[in-house]
Amino acid sequence: MNLTILIVMAVLTGVLGSPYVTDTDVTPGSDSAGMSAHPNSVPEAADGTEVFHEEGVVEEEGVEEDVMATGELNPSHYPAQRAANVVKHYLNTRYGSPYRWVGLHKVHSANAEEVAESGRKYHLEISVQEMTGNTTEKCSAEVLFPALENQRSPQVQASCEALLTANTTAQEEALYQQYRRNHTLLSGHNLPDSYGHIDPDMKPLWHLGGVASSFVMLKESTENTLYNMAQVANVTQLETENDQLRFNYHVLLHDMVSQEIIHWKLLVTWSPAEGVKVLQMEELPKCEHCEVPPKPN
Amino acid sequence: MGPALLVLLSLVGATTVERVQYDYYKYHPMSEITDWMDMIAKNYSDVASLVEYGKTYENRPISLLKIGPTTGVRKKAIWMDCGIHAREWISPAFCQYFVKQLLETYKTDSQIKEMMTNMDFYVTPVLNIDGYIYTWTTDRLWRKSRSPGALGCNCSCDCNGTDLNRNFNANWGTVGVSFNCCSQVYPGSKPLSESEAQAVVDFVEKRKDDILCFLTIHSYGQLLLVPYGHPSIAAPNYDELMKVGLAAAEAIKKVHGMEYTVGTSPDVLYANSGSSRDWARLTGINFSYTFELRDKGEHGFKLPEEQIQPTCEEAYSGAMHIISYVHDKTFKGTGSAAATATATLWMVLLAVGAALL
Repeated sequence: MNLTILIVMAVLTGVLGSPYVTDTDVTPGSDSAGMSAHPNSVPEAADGTEVFHEEGVVEEEGVEEDVMATGELNPSHYPAQRAANVVKHYLNTRYGSPYRWVGLHKVHSANAEEVAESGRKYHLEISVQEMTGNTTEKCSAEVLFPALENQRSPQVQASCEALLTANTTAQEEALYQQYRRNHTLLSGHNLPDSYGHIDPDMKPLWHLGGVASSFVMLKESTENTLYNMAQVANVTQLETENDQLRFNYHVLLHDMVSQEIIHWKLLVTWSPAEGVKVLQMEELPKCEHCEVPPKPN
Repeated sequence: MGPALLVLLSLVGATTVERVQYDYYKYHPMSEITDWMDMIAKNYSDVASLVEYGKTYENRPISLLKIGPTTGVRKKAIWMDCGIHAREWISPAFCQYFVKQLLETYKTDSQIKEMMTNMDFYVTPVLNIDGYIYTWTTDRLWRKSRSPGALGCNCSCDCNGTDLNRNFNANWGTVGVSFNCCSQVYPGSKPLSESEAQAVVDFVEKRKDDILCFLTIHSYGQLLLVPYGHPSIAAPNYDELMKVGLAAAEAIKKVHGMEYTVGTSPDVLYANSGSSRDWARLTGINFSYTFELRDKGEHGFKLPEEQIQPTCEEAYSGAMHIISYVHDKTFKGTGSAAATATATLWMVLLAVGAALL
């Protein structure tokens, strides 16, 4: 009789689970004081300092800028993402064209190290995509953010699987010839427009603006910025010189971290043979009597 | 023939007025959104009503749509706000779509019907109305409110306005802000200096024991952000917020393949303070999320209209995952009810066992 009961209990334990079930979910209404913090709920702060459980209490007054993490980085966290964004800009300056505009698809892995007297170096494995063609490819890259204040631009090395060689030659050549033959010089503004729309005829000039903007965004990037081109405000074709098509661009860049919109004027040349070059770049104030906007902190 | 024709024409007119025709896949100026809200409240008066709960700096009424049948008892609720940042046009588009979905499905979808019976939905399509109008008339990339700059601001362009999402009383002014009034992340002269933020606080605080979930909709970036924006403060239910958030991101991905990253703002974006999400969590609303919708920078704030529908569809799926989780937890006691049943069964068995020994 006792053995039977024991067997029944054993079977029931298997079916129902232990009689000592602990409900680890927060039951409704019980979380009022916030003192029932789950021991595993503490995320590690970027600077490794202790994280506090009490709700809403700022234990540290005047929080200083985070000491950046080194070693293996979480690829979806902002330090890896910002470094990868810099690689994207670099690839655009090297390989971009009116038919090749590179975007970031994913960060697979990242790590960072302090390089004495040089700065911080990131090693990244990423995938990029050509926004014009929808193909993705893997790249390995290194980004060095310099420590010295005067030498602000990051230095990038990158190699990609197929070196972004999707065949755009025919389209580029056709566009180049078409723009050269123009009797009236091209111009456009507001790309995209307020509704996100771009005339199909203007798309190559929008892409070219994006690629040219990457020259600026690469130069201006730090570990505390995340740049994208928000809009081509204006583009005007100039007379072709030395077989290079030439354009004046006024672009608006968006820095995600400061949320600022920054205006730049660019003198851009392009030919299929020479690629995209930016001969002149100048930051513009937002309006005539304004100063150049505050730099992101 | 004359009178018969007149009768016929008036009948046609009556039918046209009642039909709710609205293109949810185009961006609408504020006047059209206001008209739409009136139309919804009128045409779905059994489940929808317009509630004015504050005024903008330029003295425009701030209103929400309250969706849910009156059941005679005090109901729990879900809060959703859109358009805190003026240039994020996809955000108001989503709030309008969300309302449309609820109203189109609550009669036939048993899950929606049950949720609407148990909870009201408070949806504010545009909170920063002054800013939103400014993006239509003057500057498409404006972000802040349109209150005047503080004394000492000497440049006349960006030096108006306060970032509403830095103005809430949640670790206000500590991180992710600039006290330069020209900055896009200027948090205001003090917490809740902005009437728009104050309106949210006035409405939500009175109902904080009823509000189960607080969703604030933004763009761009494809992120789901959990509290808090301060890198040194963890929400007590961080684990659960992440679990539910990650599941919501999975639901989003199933719709059109888009990846949304889930995490605290200091982890996946940047540290910030004074956000509506943080304020809601601090006030005791356990489930508080920021949605950053499409895209990832290609178009940025100027998301093409042809992407409105897919973006809304995936965001709806994500939002509904969170909302139904919170609903089921509150009304079906998922987890705790099952445990109670199991414990009772064990007690009975042990008692029987003891009696037999």
